[in-house]
Amino acid sequence: MTLTKHELKQGWKALAIWTVSIGFFIVICVLLYPEMKGEMEGVSDIFASMGAFTAAFGMDRLNFGTLIGFYSVECGNILGLGGAFFASFVAVGVLAKEEKERTAEFLLTHPVSRSRVVSEKLISVLIQIVILNAIIFALSVASIKGIGEEIMWKEISLIHLAFFLVQLELAGICFGISAFIRKSGIGIGLGIATAMYFLNIVANISESAEFLKYITPFGYAESADIVENGCLDGKMILIGMAVAVICVVLGYWKYCRKDIQ
Amino acid sequence: MKAIETTDLTKYYGKARGIIKLNLSVEEGEFFGFIGPNGAGKSTTIRTLLGLIHPTSGQAKILGMDIGKDRNQILSEVGYLPSEAVFYQGMKVKDILKLSADLRKTDCAKASAELCDRLQLDTSRKVEELSFGNRKKVAIVAALQHNPKLLILDEPTSGLDPLMQREFFSVLREKNEQGTTIFLSSHVLSEIQRNCTRAAIIREGRMIACDSVEALSRTNAKRITIHGAISLQGLDGVRDLQETDGVSSFLYSGDIKRLLQILAGSDITDLSVAEPDLEEIFMHYYEDGGEQ
Repeated sequence: MTLTKHELKQGWKALAIWTVSIGFFIVICVLLYPEMKGEMEGVSDIFASMGAFTAAFGMDRLNFGTLIGFYSVECGNILGLGGAFFASFVAVGVLAKEEKERTAEFLLTHPVSRSRVVSEKLISVLIQIVILNAIIFALSVASIKGIGEEIMWKEISLIHLAFFLVQLELAGICFGISAFIRKSGIGIGLGIATAMYFLNIVANISESAEFLKYITPFGYAESADIVENGCLDGKMILIGMAVAVICVVLGYWKYCRKDIQ
Repeated sequence: MKAIETTDLTKYYGKARGIIKLNLSVEEGEFFGFIGPNGAGKSTTIRTLLGLIHPTSGQAKILGMDIGKDRNQILSEVGYLPSEAVFYQGMKVKDILKLSADLRKTDCAKASAELCDRLQLDTSRKVEELSFGNRKKVAIVAALQHNPKLLILDEPTSGLDPLMQREFFSVLREKNEQGTTIFLSSHVLSEIQRNCTRAAIIREGRMIACDSVEALSRTNAKRITIHGAISLQGLDGVRDLQETDGVSSFLYSGDIKRLLQILAGSDITDLSVAEPDLEEIFMHYYEDGGEQ
């Protein structure tokens, strides 16, 4: 686990910055809720009549006047997008950076097999994603408690779990890509995360584009569905995790055969 | 057992030539030189031996082990000094050395401290604050601290000051006397001549000569420098002729009497005859593709 430890040491600053930023915005959002609660009664009706725009964020089916409705839209977007960016950003660079920063020669002339390098780096990515999500979950729950609202454990846990799975899928895809590139892939990583996010919005707006939900991981992290159904969509998640695993396997395959420059 | 043995080792980068049918053989315990101009394929050879890149065809064995199958065992017995040492940003020298030892699953603290002391390396500094030469020292310690059986050095002295170079080579000679095989890739010929017993010359991806350093540097050519007007036409054995401001300088390996006859009939003011330096001898390997 030498390499995993090394990777975590190298990455802890970025992890801390992302965790603090995402956590900060979610806490602020939750703290704003009591003030907005009273005004929200009318707002929900207005949103409900805005058609496609509200549908894009699932706000047509959520009651903005309740904490869980407010939380799943506001905080869902912050954690959804922020977490997706972080997972993509970490995973897309983890293999490629060795060649980009020309440390690959140092690392790979030690008696550590390529597959071990890939495994330990993959574990480090997973650990970072788990840490980010655990801290943000704790901050969320604590801030809801702080404003004196009831904590709807099941809904909130499911929403956070869904976004965690979104991050795993994006990380898997980006990790696979990382094995193929030699330059910084941050553009690619953030691009994929953004594109997936907007695909889901398109799928929400147009019924003929609903099949897109099966492509983008955000499809199974739709807060409105989760709150409404009280469960996650197993089929979509299965497809998503399969995609992630295939990408990781491709990453292994490539990295073990790659000529290092 | 051979420390390094390659059989028709070939590497192409797409269509670009890396090395072609390289047959290299280095005995255990040797101090072996590997010479060639930039782009000749020295680094390609080394990178293939270390498993960083995969050969297009041919085989290679290190300490009797196959570079493809036994990569991990090979790397645990080998120390590698890259031509350009790059480390992880933000890490201190001692952390880099510790990381290297941990990746090898060995404790090299004692050997590491000794080497750092000899090379006057401050281990509490961060690597990005170090000069090129000091980064090189970190790489040297990382390559030597686990006491490898085979040392592969790629342009080891670039960036080191002369005193450090001397200290470095005295460390290498000690290691060599203790049985470590040393494979030294360089284009500094004096380095090879002073330290190596045998050497191979590589040019445009092919090995063009491999012999004892003594045999490789044996020549009967002289460096002739003449002040004055002279016509060298009809004179055989003239190489590397340079004419500037009435001074002609060339390597001469022809009949010395014939040269003297021409000189006697010319209007010259000064003459010097000297042994050529090693660089000049090797130059013909570089330029003509060798005579082998």
